[in-house]
Amino acid sequence: MSEAIVDSDETGIGASVRRREDLRFITGNGNYTDDINQPGQLHAAFCRSPYPRARINGVDCEEALSVPGVVAVYTGQQLVDDGLGDLPCGWLVKSKDGSDMHSSPHPPLAASVANYVGEPYALVVADSVQAAKQGAESVIGDFEELDAVVDLTSATVSGEIYEGVANNLSFEWALGDEDATRMAFAKAAHVTTLELTNNRLIPNAIEPRACLGVFDKATGDYTLYTTSQNPGLERLVLSAFVQVAPEHKLRIIAPDVGGGFGSKIFIYPEETAVIWAAGKIHRPIKWVAERGESFLSDAHGRDHVTRAELALDEMGRFTGLKVQTTANLGAYLSTFGSSVPTYLYGTLLAGQYKTPNIYVEVQGVYTNTAPVDAYRGAGRPEATYVIERIVEQAARELGKDPTDLRRMNMIQPEDFPYETPVALVYDTGNYEASLDKALDLIDYAGFEARQNVAAAQGKRRGIGFACYIEACGLAPSKLAIELGAGVGLYESGEIRMHPTGSVSVFTGSHSHGQGHETTFAQVVSDKLGVGYDDVEVIHGDTGRMEFGLGTYGSRSLAVGGSALVVAADKIIAKGKKIAAHMMQATPEQIEFENGEFSLQDSNQSVSIQEVAFASYVPADYPEDLEPGLSEKAFYDPNNFTYPAGTHIAEVEVDMETGVVSLVDFVAVDDFGHIINPLIVHGQVHGGVAQGAGQSMMEHGIYDEFGQLQTGSMMDYTMPRADDLPDFQVDTTVTPCTHNPLGVKGCGEAGAIGSPAAIMNAITHALGIKDISMPATSEKVWRALRGE
Amino acid sequence: MKVSLTVNGAAHELDVPDNTLLVDVLRVHLGLTGTHVGCDTSQCGACTVHMDGGAVKSCTVLAAQADGANVTTIEGIGTTENLHPMQAAFRECHALQCGFCTPGMIMQAIDLVENSDGLDNVAIREGLEGNICRCTGYHNIVRAIQSVADAQ
Repeated sequence: MSEAIVDSDETGIGASVRRREDLRFITGNGNYTDDINQPGQLHAAFCRSPYPRARINGVDCEEALSVPGVVAVYTGQQLVDDGLGDLPCGWLVKSKDGSDMHSSPHPPLAASVANYVGEPYALVVADSVQAAKQGAESVIGDFEELDAVVDLTSATVSGEIYEGVANNLSFEWALGDEDATRMAFAKAAHVTTLELTNNRLIPNAIEPRACLGVFDKATGDYTLYTTSQNPGLERLVLSAFVQVAPEHKLRIIAPDVGGGFGSKIFIYPEETAVIWAAGKIHRPIKWVAERGESFLSDAHGRDHVTRAELALDEMGRFTGLKVQTTANLGAYLSTFGSSVPTYLYGTLLAGQYKTPNIYVEVQGVYTNTAPVDAYRGAGRPEATYVIERIVEQAARELGKDPTDLRRMNMIQPEDFPYETPVALVYDTGNYEASLDKALDLIDYAGFEARQNVAAAQGKRRGIGFACYIEACGLAPSKLAIELGAGVGLYESGEIRMHPTGSVSVFTGSHSHGQGHETTFAQVVSDKLGVGYDDVEVIHGDTGRMEFGLGTYGSRSLAVGGSALVVAADKIIAKGKKIAAHMMQATPEQIEFENGEFSLQDSNQSVSIQEVAFASYVPADYPEDLEPGLSEKAFYDPNNFTYPAGTHIAEVEVDMETGVVSLVDFVAVDDFGHIINPLIVHGQVHGGVAQGAGQSMMEHGIYDEFGQLQTGSMMDYTMPRADDLPDFQVDTTVTPCTHNPLGVKGCGEAGAIGSPAAIMNAITHALGIKDISMPATSEKVWRALRGE
Repeated sequence: MKVSLTVNGAAHELDVPDNTLLVDVLRVHLGLTGTHVGCDTSQCGACTVHMDGGAVKSCTVLAAQADGANVTTIEGIGTTENLHPMQAAFRECHALQCGFCTPGMIMQAIDLVENSDGLDNVAIREGLEGNICRCTGYHNIVRAIQSVADAQ
């Protein structure tokens, strides 16, 4: 690690506070969904389609019901008959002709047709896990196999999966000025063309999805414990669309959640069926996915095929970018499945560059595979992959240093705010600062020497760059809704100062590894001048906090943290009125700093704790002021934030075996102001590891019959400790201009920049234009032999 | 079948079905939910505990195989007030994020340090080959283990 983590007793903004949540995790006292049990609890197992596409002519439950311990079996048709609604896609995308996207009805359990291998069609409830699983194996589905569409590249010329959906296209989306871009290409001095595959990934949070549904007969209340990144959204969807229960009678608790990476954003069939069944049986029901079920039924990520063209003038300036992408949606549009390859992808295609003309077309295609939705980065890794691969290739074709070509095209600090041709306005940045620092850290000047050392050992060493930009904290809500979002994208925050001066903080954001309990406490203790240990952060329970949108898209701090700053400002504003009364002054005469309200031009002051006490014991108190010191805020940003940076990878390829070793990796990121450097570096490490996995190992593969071939951790390869080097991580800072913390978000950057950097390094080492991800030893070995 | 085993110093006698796994004895029968199940196939190592002094993956050990054994889980190595050095190092180095792989990772790390000499970066990484962390990229886990190994 290149940037020193400073040890100190400081706990405010900027301090590397050791995480408070760690104490329960390192002692085995974490409280994950599967750790929670209820008296009288039953267990669920799901029956899953063995076919990629089949008509369900009937489901015979008789034998299953005779299995000792089985209490009930419910089929998809029973859920439909009971009036349960479909699982909705939360983002309406319009095709370039103005028509709405097609969104296939997605019943919680398949009722008449199953559309991918692993789609659940029946639920068995029993008094033990084993009885439930045995019961599930005894359910007999009467399937009539139908022609399936599996391969993405031929899906648009295959038979229709859904009647009337020609070419299996949910939408044909476009962004940018097609005519202007065509003109730019007509005048180009050089055109670089690249055909790229962005491989299908399977997220694999180490905690499998799980849920526990509870129905309270006395009150009619439903409580669903579930592995969710956004309990507020889960409650909204289950109430408003699926209609499990009215919103005020449904409580969603997402306790400790063991990683998400996007895959736990979505509203899935399993928790829907379990909470519904708990209401039927009037007993708690638990379901925990086996890893095999996770592979089959968690939403997958990426899966694009793209043709990109970059036009350059005689100087090497980018004059146009044309991108044609086919994006796999899977069998159904998952919760945000339509937004990922469109608004989270096409809008990022300017990257860090002043390319004046950009046009992108995206075909959203159905296949009989698991739904595809947001996975760490969600659209932005795919965009970065296109831009940074083609820019590097253009440099090679023109014989230019890839960093020089990037530099001459970069948006400069004086250009901000910068409006791109693909609908975004970047607020701030300094891209060359990150590039310079990264080049320094990797010792770019010494690369040739390192390359020679490797060559002497029979290895080819390559270096690759990615200068990425991303957009975090989707906003503002009005714009997002105009573009098709079904919900706003603000965040809620509440600060309750108690009479004794300690503080409870509630956020609609959710932590599943990000460390909110520490970071948000740092923010609030800093803003209010109260002790860090006096601040408790509470999240993940719709019964305790305001409606919130949860955690994804690196939004927690920029949006949720900002909500807490606004709430803190309200606390201070009210506190000034109380303090003024206490010191017989006017609020305008009161200043607040470090937890003290002081009267101007005097030595009088009262502490925020004294003010809090006075607010709850209002004996001598302003007449026109309510008692209490508790404030809420809903923060709706007025723009995205734009983290950006430079990632550089160095790889060595073993000529005999084709094995690629990632030998050095530098990430220099501009996340704006940083609250906790230790946590931020950790986020980058994890993201880079996942990007390394995408580049070199991970690939979700269906065979021609629609069967998932990578259905276990023995078949789907993820990075292990000995696959990765130590990372060099550093930051530069241009504060976000439009949120009160000046922060941008850091959760996804590692996964966004690294695949392009690593693949540029591998293709550099091999001296070839492209090799498809993942660059496994077999593929590289074949490439080395010209196959 | 009847199984007798010692877990974190306490003797237990249980009557469990023949196909019961050690991890279910720990989590379901003894309520020690610090040990996690991540993959069911011995790949991820979230279920790692110590049995008779060595690290094992409790999702692929039958309760019957643990009959008479001395088992230590994450709950048995330290407390919040008195952390094991490896627990303390994981916190100090930010070697965990979501915390789900962490108990298994710590148990494996303790086994690694106790049974190795002169651990360096490469040896630590190889020693973690059976444990998957999806959050940290291993960077800080390796730092944490190195700091404990160096202090010995």
